Amino acid sequence: MNSIWTIARKELSDSLRNRWLIAIALVFAVLALGIAWFGAAASGQVGYASTPATIASLASLGIFLIPLIALLLAYDAIVGEEEGGTLLLLMTYPLSRGQLLFGKFLGHGLTLAFATLIGFGVAGIAIALLVEDVAVGALAAAMSRFIVSTILLGWGFIALAYMISVRVSEKPVAAGLALGIWFFFVLVFDLMLLGILVASEGKLSPELLPWLLMLNPTDIYRLLNIVAFGEGAQLSGVLSLGADLPIGAAGLWFALVLWFVIPLAAAWALFRSRRI
Amino acid sequence: MSCFRLENVSYRYDKALVLNGVDLRLESGEILGLFGHNGAGKTTTIKLILGLMTPSQGRVSVLGGEAGDPHVTQHIGYLPENVMFYPQLTGREILNHFARLKGAPLRQVPELLEQVGLGDAMNARVKTYSKGMRQRLGLAQALLGKPKLLMLDEPTVGLDPVATADLYRLLRKLRDEGTGIVLCSHVLPGVEPYIDRAAILTDGALKAVGDLSALRRQANMPVTLSIEPANGTPALEKAIAGASASNGLMIRKDNGRLQVDVRPSEKMALIQALLNSGEVQDLGIHQPTLEDVYVHFIGSGGLAHRGGAQ
Repeated sequence: MNSIWTIARKELSDSLRNRWLIAIALVFAVLALGIAWFGAAASGQVGYASTPATIASLASLGIFLIPLIALLLAYDAIVGEEEGGTLLLLMTYPLSRGQLLFGKFLGHGLTLAFATLIGFGVAGIAIALLVEDVAVGALAAAMSRFIVSTILLGWGFIALAYMISVRVSEKPVAAGLALGIWFFFVLVFDLMLLGILVASEGKLSPELLPWLLMLNPTDIYRLLNIVAFGEGAQLSGVLSLGADLPIGAAGLWFALVLWFVIPLAAAWALFRSRRI
Repeated sequence: MSCFRLENVSYRYDKALVLNGVDLRLESGEILGLFGHNGAGKTTTIKLILGLMTPSQGRVSVLGGEAGDPHVTQHIGYLPENVMFYPQLTGREILNHFARLKGAPLRQVPELLEQVGLGDAMNARVKTYSKGMRQRLGLAQALLGKPKLLMLDEPTVGLDPVATADLYRLLRKLRDEGTGIVLCSHVLPGVEPYIDRAAILTDGALKAVGDLSALRRQANMPVTLSIEPANGTPALEKAIAGASASNGLMIRKDNGRLQVDVRPSEKMALIQALLNSGEVQDLGIHQPTLEDVYVHFIGSGGLAHRGGAQ
């Protein structure tokens, strides 16, 4: 455990040193406040609209931003050590590959968690203090749910980035593949699902289709943050499939947890079989 | 106590046989020079001892345990060739990081940095370090936790002559304290006085291993006598021809002296006869150097073809 913490501690201090943590937190805070106040500007209204609308907008933006930041933070975790010439040296220490990988995950995961907590937390507190008629309890619950799911989504993409990082031997290749992952889950997947939906002309089992959403952590994340507002929640596009899912919020949380546990375990297995 | 023992170790990667039936050991308080050209199997040997790879055949035991066991690696210090560190950290921060990983006390860090001559630069970022300073930091890193087995790959690269002499002095001190040391170097002449035994690897096989005099005996290479004539070269040549038991001695003229290559078994008889002849003003004996022995074992033209001992 000491070795894991030593690796994590270095990652954390690196993200403080290179200002990653503070930069991410700042971006989150500015975006959250911007969306809270100007999110409804398109409909001719400036000012805080409602908590569900704000969270839905934040989640829509989050699916673009969080995976990108997580992938950027983590894509060079192992390949960067290898290219920098430190991986071989690290592996001659009493440190297993699993300890190195989990230490990195702890460090990157905590960096993202702190940045999310600080960025969106500050925004939440600002809304609670500045908006007069906001229901603070509901806001706190929605914000907490949003922050925790954002952290889990970020961890998922950190683990996906590790699957690349332990496999390739050049950083630019890792960066390219990480962007490919972002492109697939954030831009392509829903279009593909929509395409399957239209092309199948109802021939596909209606019970099966909603489950396909579970194959994309960003869809789970959006469902979690929108479905939580109950019957009146607006599910648009492929997310409307989610209304037919026979699992509740707990199931969605579980799926989001699996989305970082399974890729992390896969990255570990891939790393163990790698020749150094 | 044995620091490591390789017994009939082979390593196969894809279809290539990288190491072939290597038997090698290192005792505590001994410095072993490991020499071989690029691709000879030197790095593979080191990686097997470090537990980074497992042999396809044979057995590797290190410090009485299995290679790669964390309890074993804790007592190994390793300086890789072209050692690299995190450029944004200071020398002290880097050593603190590695000390924590090794479970070594942090109070060792400033002491070690002083010892390798980085006392004044310990709080500067590594990206401002010269190659020699990085190398010294690498050495300090290898010495963390007072290792029982120290493996140094090209430790003198980037070091000036003074720092190189300091390094060898330090290694001798560590050896005298009981540390087993493996030294891989392509600077063969410089390393000769500091190693107890040499192992020569070529094409994955151990060609020779032993102390330098044993290797010289095994190679049976000629010794060169450098003789200054007392009464002119022709008289000395005649005396040599008369004294030599075997014909065809290799004789070269060099600045008024004669250089004579003689088999070690015939050396003493020839010297005795020449001294008795009264034709010798001065006589010097040049034993084959480590480099000569190395070239002998890797085969003629080895250096030219392989770009030097690596």
